[in-house]
Amino acid sequence: MDKPLRVLIAKPGLDGHDRGAKVIVRALRDAGFEVIYTGIRQTPEMIAAAAMQEDVDAVGLSLLSGAHLTLFPAICKELKKKGLKDVLVFGGGIIPDEDIPVLKKAGVDGVFGPGTPLQTIVDYLKGKLAVAK
Amino acid sequence: MPSKIDPHDLVKRVRRGEHAAASRALSIVVNDDKDSEILAKEFFKASGSAQKIGVSGPPGVGKSTLTGRLIGYYRSKKLKVGVLMVDPSSSISGGAFLGDRLRVMEHATDSGVFIRSLASRGMIGGLTYAIFGAIHVLETLGCDKILIETVGTGQDEVEIASVADTVLYVTTPSMGDEIQAMKAGAMEIGDIFVVNKADLAGKDKAVADLKAALGLGHSAGQAVKAWEPPVLASSAKSGEGIPELAKDLDGHWDHLKKSGEGRARLKRQHATELQFWIQRRVIKSALDRVTDKILEDMVLRKTDPASIGRKLLKIS
Repeated sequence: MDKPLRVLIAKPGLDGHDRGAKVIVRALRDAGFEVIYTGIRQTPEMIAAAAMQEDVDAVGLSLLSGAHLTLFPAICKELKKKGLKDVLVFGGGIIPDEDIPVLKKAGVDGVFGPGTPLQTIVDYLKGKLAVAK
Repeated sequence: MPSKIDPHDLVKRVRRGEHAAASRALSIVVNDDKDSEILAKEFFKASGSAQKIGVSGPPGVGKSTLTGRLIGYYRSKKLKVGVLMVDPSSSISGGAFLGDRLRVMEHATDSGVFIRSLASRGMIGGLTYAIFGAIHVLETLGCDKILIETVGTGQDEVEIASVADTVLYVTTPSMGDEIQAMKAGAMEIGDIFVVNKADLAGKDKAVADLKAALGLGHSAGQAVKAWEPPVLASSAKSGEGIPELAKDLDGHWDHLKKSGEGRARLKRQHATELQFWIQRRVIKSALDRVTDKILEDMVLRKTDPASIGRKLLKIS
């Protein structure tokens, strides 16, 4: 049997709306992933430390407050600082289309807005992580 | 992940206390990846160096939050803490939601704390077959205390007693009367009992019920043991009772070191570790060879469990 892929779902910043993050957690669990959830209001340092200690294959960020241009790149930077260069970073929430190229440049590989079918995210992760393994 | 890791270099880095190295080593050992045995052999050398505290009890009694409090207490004493938190894997998808970590996130950036979430991956009993391998990594990392939180358990999950040095059994004021506490199983393995959520009503009665149930042994003619499990009350929410609890945990560790019980427990742990190893290698490899063809043959009564079982195990 293949070892389950591990994913950290994190909610940075001050936004407490975590239903979206929980739906992703549930979908990934049901798709055979081992999912760790940080809970709300996490700093980039806390998220990077958790990702390092859990040795996850991917980190998913959820943010609805509008602070993604500040927080997502800060998290990517912290991950690199911890030596986690291979960890796939993806994100979702309320993110305007014009911000997506900026986030991608900062190291966020995939951005998924509201209404994205869950299967799309599952397939995306399985595809990306299978190549990496 | 890239496989160009020199196992001996990795061991060295773990011994130096590098968290990133410990994290990678844990994955290799837990996943039984290439080189896992080379690593496991080295890490085993540190076995028995730290007090392993098992935190067990039903789901929702506050095991994770209490674990967070104990981490905080040990850090105030400048001790290095390792934490392993086990949650169940889905028997349907094989996936898992490892939700204990979010209760201890306040310790995320403390360099004296290493926390790892583990999925049970098919093991019944509140733990995972890889638990010993994970413990030895944390021992090698130089942790003074290792907290092992089990899956939320029922009445019958007692595996933790063969893994930990000290079993902390957590309950709450609303978990039932002394009749529940009289039952065999999980209630027999606690070295320390704690009624958590002491901020809720009914704490004193719950403590009294537990003490009464544990004390029945004496009335039934049992000799007084060298270690009688204390019953405490705590509130992981407010922090009440945590220093007292930590004192009893230290007391039990001292008792283990001074009496023959410590060595007896270490031997029992090694026996269990060996048992897990054999289960992973022998039983799993036999079960992996069960094909649909075999099951078809059983449906058609061409074979039976005993005949095919002997064949799979290569015994006659």
